[in-house]
Amino acid sequence: TCLSKGGGFHFPPCHMLSVSGFRILLDCPLDLSSLAIFSPVPIALEAHESLETDSVVRKKQKIEKTLDANDLVFAEPWYKTVKSLHLWDASFIDVILISSPTGMLGLPFLTRTKDFSAKIYVTEAAARIGQLMMEDLVSIHMELRQFYGPEDSSSLQWMRWEGLEVLPSELKKIALGADCEELGAWMPLYSAVDVKDCMRKVQTLKYAEEACYNGTLVIKAFSSGLEIGTCNWTINGPKRNIAYISSSIFVSTHAMDFNFLGLQGNDLIIFSDFSTLDTTENMENDNTYCDPAASSNASDDLYNLEEIAASLLKDDESMEEMEKLAFICTCAFDSVRAGGSVLVPIDRLGIVLCLLEQMSLLLESSSLKVPIYIISSVAEELLAFTNIIPEWLCKQRQEKLFSGEPLFAHVKLIKERKIHVFPAVHSVELLTNWQEPCVVFCPHWSLRLGPVVHLLRYWCSDPNSLLILESGDDANLALLPFKPMAMKVLQCSFLSGISLQKVQPLLKALQPKLLLFPKDLRCKIQISEANTIIHYSENETLCMPSSKESTEIYIATDLASQFHWKTLKQETVTRLDGELFMDQGKHRLLSGFRQADSKQHRPLLHWGSPDLKRLLTELSKMGITGTLKKNMDSAESKNAAGIIDIDDPEKALIDVRETVQSP
Amino acid sequence: MAIDCLVLGAGQEVGKSCMVVSINGKRIMFDCGMHMGYTDSRRYPDFSLISKNGDFDNALTCVIVTHFHLDHIGALPYFTEVCGYKGPIYMTYPTKALAPLMLEDYRKNMDRRGEDEQFTSDHIAECMKKVIPVDLKQTVQVDKDLQIRAYYAGHVIGAAMFYAKVGDAAMVYTGDYNMTPDRHLGAAQIDRLQLDLLITESTYATTIRDSRYGREREFLKAVHNCVAAGGKVLIPTFALGRAQELCILLEDYWERMNLKVPIYFSAGLTIQANMYYKMLINWTSQKIKETYATHNAFDFKNVRNFDRSLINAPGPCVLFATPGMIVGGFSLEVFMQWAPSENNLVTLPGYCVAGTIGHKLMSGKPTKIDLDKDTQINVRCQIHQLSFSPHTDAKGIMDLVKFLSPKHAILVHGEKPKMATLKERIQSELGIQCYCPANNETVTIPSTHYVKADASGTFIRSCLNPNFKFSTCSSTDKSYLDSNKSKAVSRLSVSDDRATEGILVVEKGKKAKVIHQDEFLHMLGEKKHEIQFAYCFPMHMARTEDLSSTSHMLCSFDKCTLISRLSMILSDELSEGNILDLGEELQVESFHVSVCSSDNCPHRLSSSLQNGSESVFFCCHWSVADEKLAWKIISIMKNSTL
Repeated sequence: TCLSKGGGFHFPPCHMLSVSGFRILLDCPLDLSSLAIFSPVPIALEAHESLETDSVVRKKQKIEKTLDANDLVFAEPWYKTVKSLHLWDASFIDVILISSPTGMLGLPFLTRTKDFSAKIYVTEAAARIGQLMMEDLVSIHMELRQFYGPEDSSSLQWMRWEGLEVLPSELKKIALGADCEELGAWMPLYSAVDVKDCMRKVQTLKYAEEACYNGTLVIKAFSSGLEIGTCNWTINGPKRNIAYISSSIFVSTHAMDFNFLGLQGNDLIIFSDFSTLDTTENMENDNTYCDPAASSNASDDLYNLEEIAASLLKDDESMEEMEKLAFICTCAFDSVRAGGSVLVPIDRLGIVLCLLEQMSLLLESSSLKVPIYIISSVAEELLAFTNIIPEWLCKQRQEKLFSGEPLFAHVKLIKERKIHVFPAVHSVELLTNWQEPCVVFCPHWSLRLGPVVHLLRYWCSDPNSLLILESGDDANLALLPFKPMAMKVLQCSFLSGISLQKVQPLLKALQPKLLLFPKDLRCKIQISEANTIIHYSENETLCMPSSKESTEIYIATDLASQFHWKTLKQETVTRLDGELFMDQGKHRLLSGFRQADSKQHRPLLHWGSPDLKRLLTELSKMGITGTLKKNMDSAESKNAAGIIDIDDPEKALIDVRETVQSP
Repeated sequence: MAIDCLVLGAGQEVGKSCMVVSINGKRIMFDCGMHMGYTDSRRYPDFSLISKNGDFDNALTCVIVTHFHLDHIGALPYFTEVCGYKGPIYMTYPTKALAPLMLEDYRKNMDRRGEDEQFTSDHIAECMKKVIPVDLKQTVQVDKDLQIRAYYAGHVIGAAMFYAKVGDAAMVYTGDYNMTPDRHLGAAQIDRLQLDLLITESTYATTIRDSRYGREREFLKAVHNCVAAGGKVLIPTFALGRAQELCILLEDYWERMNLKVPIYFSAGLTIQANMYYKMLINWTSQKIKETYATHNAFDFKNVRNFDRSLINAPGPCVLFATPGMIVGGFSLEVFMQWAPSENNLVTLPGYCVAGTIGHKLMSGKPTKIDLDKDTQINVRCQIHQLSFSPHTDAKGIMDLVKFLSPKHAILVHGEKPKMATLKERIQSELGIQCYCPANNETVTIPSTHYVKADASGTFIRSCLNPNFKFSTCSSTDKSYLDSNKSKAVSRLSVSDDRATEGILVVEKGKKAKVIHQDEFLHMLGEKKHEIQFAYCFPMHMARTEDLSSTSHMLCSFDKCTLISRLSMILSDELSEGNILDLGEELQVESFHVSVCSSDNCPHRLSSSLQNGSESVFFCCHWSVADEKLAWKIISIMKNSTL
């Protein structure tokens, strides 16, 4: 079942699978873009007094007008989780697979429920980064909460009907969803304790490490290239091999490349990269969209695997990304030269790290002395962490390890005091060090939480300053509270998934028997493979036919050689012995450790029906005599039911009857 | 199927570890080391044994290097660049990062000693390009059949044990490992695997070490005393591993005692190594790992670079100099200068290969050492031997072997007599076949192989449901009758016949199939045939007062009391089987007994015992499987009275 198709990088899709009787939840994200309906703090403070009268007036007017900042909800923000997930009982989930740090932001909501017993698998790096992201979220939320004071009932006002009625339609849609049923997905944020508790339940893995769940499912993570620690999963059960492809990037500038070769040889592939869904629309407008005919022509040629692999791993995407970053840097540079400051509220770790490198390089080449500030409660730890994880990075970065250089340049830059890291806007060191113009990296990309709010308020009227935003769902809504804005805004999109042209060759390389493909992408791409494609859509459960009919059993040869074989008409049979083990998704029959078992009888199984007359003659040969008495009751039965009276040497009786035996 | 192990090095000795293992047609070389004690051709493994014509690419599937010590990697550049092996080489990330430093350091020292170089700097660089780095626990598919996986070994940073699996055969090569965590590294960790073969090191095959703590303190005290008296401390180590560990120890101590005596690292090399350590902090112990955000443990504050001019500078100092074991190079140079002074201290960490100066210093208290024909060194300085070592001790080896319980074990990397002792222990205590081959010998062991069969759903399902049978085997002690307290020891043995309910069917031209026994009959189209025995016999009744009144009529209530009495008798006499009282009948396994009321029971044989009301007929039947049990019960019943 697909629960949610998610949205972009920050809100990955979420699925529920049922494999071999185990329920598997793939990702548990949090929809942070819906935070946009809340008002950032400073405005809330000003408006607080006028709140009551104002809202009453507007309720009476009931006129749809253009949104302005006052329409936003003035309350302590709540957070929107995946709505359909609440329909499942958390205690029935057996396994949770997390494929990216953003995919675990909603996890504490699940882990804090009672009876939660699922095993959570996350890659080591994703777990660490995800934990830091959650901690950051909690800490900036706490900061915000200080403005609202202790939670009171009024802060929940917007959730009630009268509160929701007042909301303009645009906000209402975010709050309630298109079908007005998503209200239940809103939750107050978890606490730091919940996060800690959640992390204790997480089992971390390395790339390609085999984790065995319950002896039945072998679960492995393969790098997906999207971000440090992100991964695609393979699930090998006794009856089926499944690969789950999340948003992936073939060649990354920081994280380890998409390891699609590891996904080969699986029967079923769940394709869950929805990133193209958002981007293609823009691309079509730009006329840069590559029409499917061209790509299918190219794939008509008989590729062999290496060629496909080579074409997939061509550097063009990462080159493009680097150019994009370079462009951003020059833009930033220009505004810094003009005396303005640059604010970068981007939370994608890899992008930030690359930007830091390029930006400082550019600043260094010019004689401009502009400090770079990073303001975040977890920045210091995050930056330290990124420098000790060579195993999770791309080849070029690993080369740096082997030549003894730091993995990312920021280590050196911090030492040279070109980059300054501060935990919060109000920290004393920041105030003493502050120098304008400057470049600031800080959370949060929703522009509702964290240091970005203060800085944006501070700079929004400066025409020389620049805000670099990741193009999201609704930049207009995001910037609403800060209007009117004299500040320049640069919106940029970053690659966050497999581009459409590459889907086709990728699937060709993987050769799945069955492909689960999102319905929404169907019109965008023609897949001309012979294998079966099943389209799925949100909240629809699909049942996949099983690929293998029977289970295989592996019998150790030393045991097999001890079997007592018996030849029947056509086949040779033997009774099994030993002990059956379930291990790594395979049934194995090994010789047991039973000692001195000779006394114990193995169960006997007799079949067929005896011929009484033959029995009697055989008996008489052995010196046993008797007479045959036909049983009266079973006279009609064709079988040889009857009684033999034995007279010699002792009195005995053999009674042959039909048993009521159903096979 | 068999696994062939060709020992090219470290067979009954320490040094030049190299082992070529063939499993199911795949040939893997584990480690490619050199011997530090030799300078002639004996220092390298005899590669000609792998392939006569020098075509190593086809002869080997891959090379796996466990860690960066020279006795495990020293011959690798020679093998790849001079001998021309071009296939894949696997090692962990830290090993790949640090191995070039190690090799380069060695090469430089060889230079100084004026020996002919066997490989150049370029060779090392080229060689390292061929290396594929792996992470711990990452399952690497070398080719279609061969799977390898690294496990944490503890010994030095990045040291790993390697698991290799081809088809159904699996093995582990441990390299060097340490089962107890030390200053900066954790203990070895491995999953419980099903192995045909375990190849383990056995450096300390007979030693059992006590706690590190005391030894560490001893070391610190020795160093402190020396520097307090104004002496110089020389610690000859190899560039990596031990140097960092001791440095953490000293740094910690310096901080606590507020010492200002400089700690030097010879050459810039080891300082640079610390840079690697900082990045590879994930491979160290948990305790150090946690500090990375606030203070990286490998950011040494008191450590400085050493300059040659400082050798004779006045004042105390501590110096880490390469190479270890004082085989030559800078450490020898410093040793020659410092050895004659009584104030100075030489600390020898860990193992010294026979033939080195380090070994000579350790094996006694020499006053003079002959370097070569012309040179002689006066040794007057103090010598302290560090006895904590990154190798596991005998207990650790035994624990690992026991934990993995492989079908066979091979010991390498140890001293011959000690290995023989350990081999005996493994064979007698654990019952595992054990070998310790010498160099250039081959050991062949059989490997497991599985036969594949399809299993029916019914069989799998019935196996999923536990089907325990409980049977009590009581072994009565003789002492039971004598002492009041002791009770009869009755063990409850649990047997589970799930697997034996399965039947394997092989038809010509078809795949073998496993089915449940119930399905089997259906498949044959035959009906089940049960053999049952029945017997009806009288049993004596005790003539009691209240019974006499009721004995004439056998109502159902009476049957019940009879049965329950019978059950009491049986439970006293019978040692096996579960007795179930089902009201009107009694059941022991498949043996059923009930009171027989009909006079002309077909199973009643003779009416010889006609004691009238004094006996009651019991009718019993049982299936053939429990025949022995049935006759036992019957004889008990016949011999007792109700």
